[in-house]
Amino acid sequence: MMEQNNIQQFGSGDDEGKAATSASEVLPSGTGETGELVRITGLTKKYGKKTALSNVNLTLEPGRIVGLLGPNGSGKTTLMKILAGTIKDFQGSVTVNGKEIGPETKAIISYLPDTTYHSPWMRPSDMIALFRDFYADFDEQKCRGMLRRLGLDEKQKISTMSKGMMEKFQLCMVMSRNARLYILDEPIGGVDPAARDFILDTILTNYSEDATIFMSTHLISDVERIFDTVIFLKEGEIVLQGDIDNIREKEGKSIDELFREVFKC
Amino acid sequence: MANQYQANMPIYLQLVDSFKFKIASGELKAGSKLDSVRDLAIRYEVNPNTMQRALAELERDGLVYTDRTVGRFITENEELINKMRESTAHEIIGQFIRQMKRLGYSDLEALEMMKKVLEKGESQNDGTK
Repeated sequence: MMEQNNIQQFGSGDDEGKAATSASEVLPSGTGETGELVRITGLTKKYGKKTALSNVNLTLEPGRIVGLLGPNGSGKTTLMKILAGTIKDFQGSVTVNGKEIGPETKAIISYLPDTTYHSPWMRPSDMIALFRDFYADFDEQKCRGMLRRLGLDEKQKISTMSKGMMEKFQLCMVMSRNARLYILDEPIGGVDPAARDFILDTILTNYSEDATIFMSTHLISDVERIFDTVIFLKEGEIVLQGDIDNIREKEGKSIDELFREVFKC
Repeated sequence: MANQYQANMPIYLQLVDSFKFKIASGELKAGSKLDSVRDLAIRYEVNPNTMQRALAELERDGLVYTDRTVGRFITENEELINKMRESTAHEIIGQFIRQMKRLGYSDLEALEMMKKVLEKGESQNDGTK
């Protein structure tokens, strides 16, 4: 069984009135005067009658690699879409770098969605042109360098790429921006272990001290070593948040093992 | 590669152990300069903050020191390194003895067996990670 003091459980029947006891206040999330990059308070999102996110409170500091973990349907993608600005109707407050979600935050967020976002006729060279026009922080040279190292041909139609190639390609695009916040929704789901290592390497190489990487994954054991913070999302609520090594030390088990315990079917 | 870290132990402590072993064995030479946190993090495939924490721990132990302008170095204190080398050896022997006990060998039997193995030269592979 889990220790009560580490797992913060929210009563399922709670409503907005109890917003005072938020995870970020109770748990040692280490927010300080260093400035916070992301601040989410009382975030609730419903799809019709179905609640996808329920009173989520979260702050993220710059210079972190944060793992967003949870089973299917726990609200990970919804949370990421809200941050990225593709879902606009939600309750609560979400700011990135002190700004409400909008054009200003989109300019500093690089988002890798869980689906492909290119048109079938496109080639990497077209995407590069598109990114060059759209994003002031796009580093074209960096992008071309990464594509070369991956052995991707700029002239190959994206629609003829394998799933793994496409994932690598999209990650190249997203990581080629000098953003403040990278939101990566399952960036390694469809690639082989060798490509997985390359992708993790890419993420670590592009890490910068004033940027934060917010990434969801199911392949926890493969990637937990590159996180410093993990967040467990369960049925739209944050049930655990903290420094990965503190959790490992306290629980005497890996995040992967803890995940299996918390989300046991 | 993904499983080079033990599941049940904080990663930074495993990094500390790995560095200590390399310093004790001379693989990391006394007084030599360490790579940047970022490069080390990439090489060890860990989060830079985790690497930072491991290095801070080594600094606290006096095994590593920082020269603000030049970078991070392995200590030149040979005495300290020797001490650590000895304590690492003790740990390994302790582990060996505990394992042998679990297998049902008495201390004397374990020692005899160790001698035999050493005489036969069966321990060529150096057992480093």
